[in-house]
Amino acid sequence: MKTRYLAGAAVLAAAALALTACAGTAGSGSSGSTKTLTLAQAQKATSVADFGGMAGLVAAANKEGHLNVITLPPSWANYGQIIQGFEKKYPGIKINSENPDGSSADEVAAAKSQKGQSTAPDVFDIGTAVMNQNLDLLAPYKVQSWKDIPDDFKDADGTWWYDYTGLMSIGYDSKKFPKGIKKLDDLLGSDFKNAVAIKGDPTQANEALSAVTMAALQEGGSVDNIQPGIDFFQKLKQAGNFLSTLPKQATVASGETPVVIQWSFNNVGWGPAAGSAGNPNWKTVVLPGTGLGSYYNQAINVDAPNPAAARLWEEYLYTPAVQNLYLAAGAYPAQLAAMKKAGTVDKSVLAKVGDAPSDFVQLSADQAAKASTLLTAKWAAAIG
Amino acid sequence: MTSLAQSRGAGVGTPRRRGARIGVGWIGVVPFGAYALLFLGIPAVLAVASGFFTENGAFTLANFDTFANPTTQKDIIGSIGLSAVTAVIGAIAGAIICYALLSMRSDGWIRTIVDSASSVFAQFGGVMLAFAFIATMGNTGLLGIIINGLFGDNTYTSPLYTVPGLVPVYLFFQIPLMVLTFMPAMEALKPAWGEAVATLGGTRRTYWWRVGIPVLAPAFLGCTILLFANSFSSFATAAALISQGGLISLDIFRASTSETVVGHANEAGSLALAMVVVMIVLMSAYGALQRRAAKWGNR
Repeated sequence: MKTRYLAGAAVLAAAALALTACAGTAGSGSSGSTKTLTLAQAQKATSVADFGGMAGLVAAANKEGHLNVITLPPSWANYGQIIQGFEKKYPGIKINSENPDGSSADEVAAAKSQKGQSTAPDVFDIGTAVMNQNLDLLAPYKVQSWKDIPDDFKDADGTWWYDYTGLMSIGYDSKKFPKGIKKLDDLLGSDFKNAVAIKGDPTQANEALSAVTMAALQEGGSVDNIQPGIDFFQKLKQAGNFLSTLPKQATVASGETPVVIQWSFNNVGWGPAAGSAGNPNWKTVVLPGTGLGSYYNQAINVDAPNPAAARLWEEYLYTPAVQNLYLAAGAYPAQLAAMKKAGTVDKSVLAKVGDAPSDFVQLSADQAAKASTLLTAKWAAAIG
Repeated sequence: MTSLAQSRGAGVGTPRRRGARIGVGWIGVVPFGAYALLFLGIPAVLAVASGFFTENGAFTLANFDTFANPTTQKDIIGSIGLSAVTAVIGAIAGAIICYALLSMRSDGWIRTIVDSASSVFAQFGGVMLAFAFIATMGNTGLLGIIINGLFGDNTYTSPLYTVPGLVPVYLFFQIPLMVLTFMPAMEALKPAWGEAVATLGGTRRTYWWRVGIPVLAPAFLGCTILLFANSFSSFATAAALISQGGLISLDIFRASTSETVVGHANEAGSLALAMVVVMIVLMSAYGALQRRAAKWGNR
């Protein structure tokens, strides 16, 4: 019943779009290059040219009037401001932000279970491991500034492209730990009792896996061998310093989780930058040595209910203004190198956040799979 | 009041009218039946069935390999242990409260307050409850501040972030749930029975041992099983407090949403089946006990 009703609605919507399409072409002699696409055509558009330029894309997106984003917490990489900025720039489009605290796997689950419905996510901000299992859910598209994204940061066909990476960092309450944190082993000291938390279970959350990998890099391991990282957390647990609760902005503000190992953009976002909701004494350190990051990917749902708005969102994210917003939160945007060259990077923000380290690694798909296998076997026993 | 209404209902109805009433009653049950089927039956079947398939939809038994993993085994035992402990403590404490309330006027203010507080607290769970306990029993919580103030810094380590630490948290909603569900059974004890025992020369102890406990036992066990299921299926509170696993509900979450260990999402289905099996075993044992009790009662 329900599916039939929805199918009927979809047919009607398609018909309405087709009708307006006829009206559009008949009526508009002046704006000749602007094209009006059907839903199916818009879902296959691979660049702004398919809409007849930006004006056509904006018009099509305005007609849709909605954009469904998923798993974008407001305090994560400045997404709160980025979403507000979009709604201000394009007041005709309302953003529905679903399941902000969900995982990449939740994004895929939502796209599959809500397929064909108006609530399905239009765009993804997704981790590489989950994305690689679900490439058939993604529609190829190339933003206007495609050439500014380095070649190894994007799929040649435009199926996915990097958006930003954080660096694994240690956030801490500088009032409680005035001496600061210079090296990872500092955390094993007795003054850090019940203090150190990571963002969940590394066999579930990528951010927690990255905390273990960062510890491995600091303790003589490598992206191919994260065992020293597991050993470090075992020592931390034995010292009574590991806190196995899930840190949140509220626990950082209240002081319950005084040290959190997580992405730099989250540590920055939970500190003074958050105003009254943040912890004013929260400091973020990226330890010297090899920096560990993990680029997230942007991609468009192949069945996006608002395909034009989805593509407009991507164009918006890759404008210098938004790339600078990522940077301000401590998330290094994909176009940073090109922006530094073109002079469009916000220099005061870059000076404040610090340039991306020259010695930077991230786990490849194979390394991540290997690390997960090792963690599945060893993690629970190490911190049990 | 209730007994009056019941006797009137039983006395007035003629057989024909009673038949008609059953027909109407059957229609009345339909919305609930449909609701239970749509929101309980079908999702449960789909969830459990997913455990028998790969993510590509092919039949497999590989998802059951998870039960060979020592972590899964430990977490199943952890879940059963936590649920059993909080169910038994909750049931006993709740029953004692009910017993205390029995001696009070049913429309008195204490009863009214306890009743309404119980219905609020029995539903109080999730992240809110977790944060309330962090504020009270966390490392920087009230209890920690008092203990550290008395015995020096760093003497207090919060027990909250371990599976045993969930016991006081769960009791916060288990005891009120017991009060809510067990009170009607307690109220059904007729004062006349106590008088009868007294007339026949029995003591108060004889009354409870020979009459009260046997009459209440089925309801008490039923409520205990409800409490067990309530705790067994709890997720949000535990997830907010414990991020490193230790319970089967957390394992289901991990399997179905993992960003790092991909391709094992359907193990969540086989874990769900394990939970269903535990409940079936428990309910069957309860049913057997119930039948035995009924036989004993008829003798």
